[in-house]
Amino acid sequence: MEYFLILLSEVYKIIILLVPVLTAVALVVWLDRRIWAFVQKRRGPNVVGPFGLFQSLADALKYIFKEIIIPASSNKIIFILAPIVTMTLALIAWAVIPFGETFVLADINVGILYIFAVSSLGVYGIIMGGWASNSKYPFLGSIRSAAQMVSYEVSIGVIIINVLLCVGSLNLSDIVLAQKNLWFVVPLFPMFIIFFISALAETNRPPFDLPEAEAELVAGYQTEYSGMMYAMFWLGEYANILLMCSLGSILFLGGWLSPVDIFPFNTIPGPFWMIFKMLLLFILFSLVKAIVPRYRYDQLMKLGWKIFLPLSLTWVVLTASYLLYFDLLPVN
Amino acid sequence: MKISRLLKTIFMIDFLTGLVIAIKEIFKPKKTINYPHEKGAISPRTRGEHALRRYPNGEERCIACKLCEAVCPAQAITIESKEREDGSRKTTRYDIDMIKCIYCGLCEESCPVDAIVQGPNFEFSTETREELYYNKEKLLENGDRWESVLAANINADSSHR
Repeated sequence: MEYFLILLSEVYKIIILLVPVLTAVALVVWLDRRIWAFVQKRRGPNVVGPFGLFQSLADALKYIFKEIIIPASSNKIIFILAPIVTMTLALIAWAVIPFGETFVLADINVGILYIFAVSSLGVYGIIMGGWASNSKYPFLGSIRSAAQMVSYEVSIGVIIINVLLCVGSLNLSDIVLAQKNLWFVVPLFPMFIIFFISALAETNRPPFDLPEAEAELVAGYQTEYSGMMYAMFWLGEYANILLMCSLGSILFLGGWLSPVDIFPFNTIPGPFWMIFKMLLLFILFSLVKAIVPRYRYDQLMKLGWKIFLPLSLTWVVLTASYLLYFDLLPVN
Repeated sequence: MKISRLLKTIFMIDFLTGLVIAIKEIFKPKKTINYPHEKGAISPRTRGEHALRRYPNGEERCIACKLCEAVCPAQAITIESKEREDGSRKTTRYDIDMIKCIYCGLCEESCPVDAIVQGPNFEFSTETREELYYNKEKLLENGDRWESVLAANINADSSHR
């Protein structure tokens, strides 16, 4: 009985976390389309609900009622598994994201490693989808996507090492609290820029949306998917984008801390600041989508391996030697 | 690579310029209209949904000359005619298959009495194919509904015909 109660309370906590995350994903899709439209002087979705806020809900309904088509030559089990894997992996990473001093589902001491592991696994959903479709475009798309995600994961990892050098802990809450006096965006500004660009590549956003480049590959690994399975890929993708935004705000923008520790600002609760910073990063994500053209594949690889990786490695050496020279290394 | 070009790349000057322009564009007035709620201007020559017109006294204009049936490149029009008691020739059947129709406007151009016209209505989508097989009643009803607009359009365009 006691075991059952513990289970129930955990499930309750998970639902409390996941429902807002999924709602946020729906709203963020709307926001993305609106900003994209506004930059191009269009109106965007504005009919369903106030300002079109319920557009994603209407889209989801449409997807639910659509037929799921499974190609005859596909590997059916893996074909069905792929969107499930993508969405699950995009959602489980949220367990360790702290929204406030006490607002965290699992305050584990290797939080950042956990997120890194889960986001590395994310590529499997895409490879499975592309391979199981047994069709040319999805296959090419998933090959591109695998190469791209693996390359940019390396530089993200090295950037995270920079932050960890300054903190001395892998716990996300500790990382936030270490920024009480100075956000890491100030001393590690170039790393923040590289993190942002790598996050764009990691989540297959323009200008690095090669895996689903519609002009070349129809829709990449999603080509054979329809109905709710397509929607799950799409939900996973946006959940990943939001995750990258939250990771960016935790690592560099001080997470739930208020920007200035003076009266009217420090009374506002932490989750507000966290969501505010995530939203700011997301708006930047969608503005980038609106203004930049797509990279060529070799340019993408060159940027990842020849520029970002050496640059972030150099910065690790710089940070480490600076901290060592001025005896600022955090020791726990 | 030139030094200035290198500095531009490192500090992402081109990208930031683009970002500033994008943010400025967000606050400019929209170029598109709010379609189902507001509609764009339509030329009097618009070739939309067909209509059969009547004379002001209620008499049908169509004299069953079958010029439109003959000229129709998609062969979408079917006409059958009969002599009426007063000796005038009138249609007993006037069908337009709106699925076959290519909206070329030749029927309207060939009509000697301005009976068959294409009105400004382009929003007549239906949920079944059968609803798009227009018969004489439907076409006459369209004519009655749109008569004021149709007359104004023909009048506005008459000097160019």
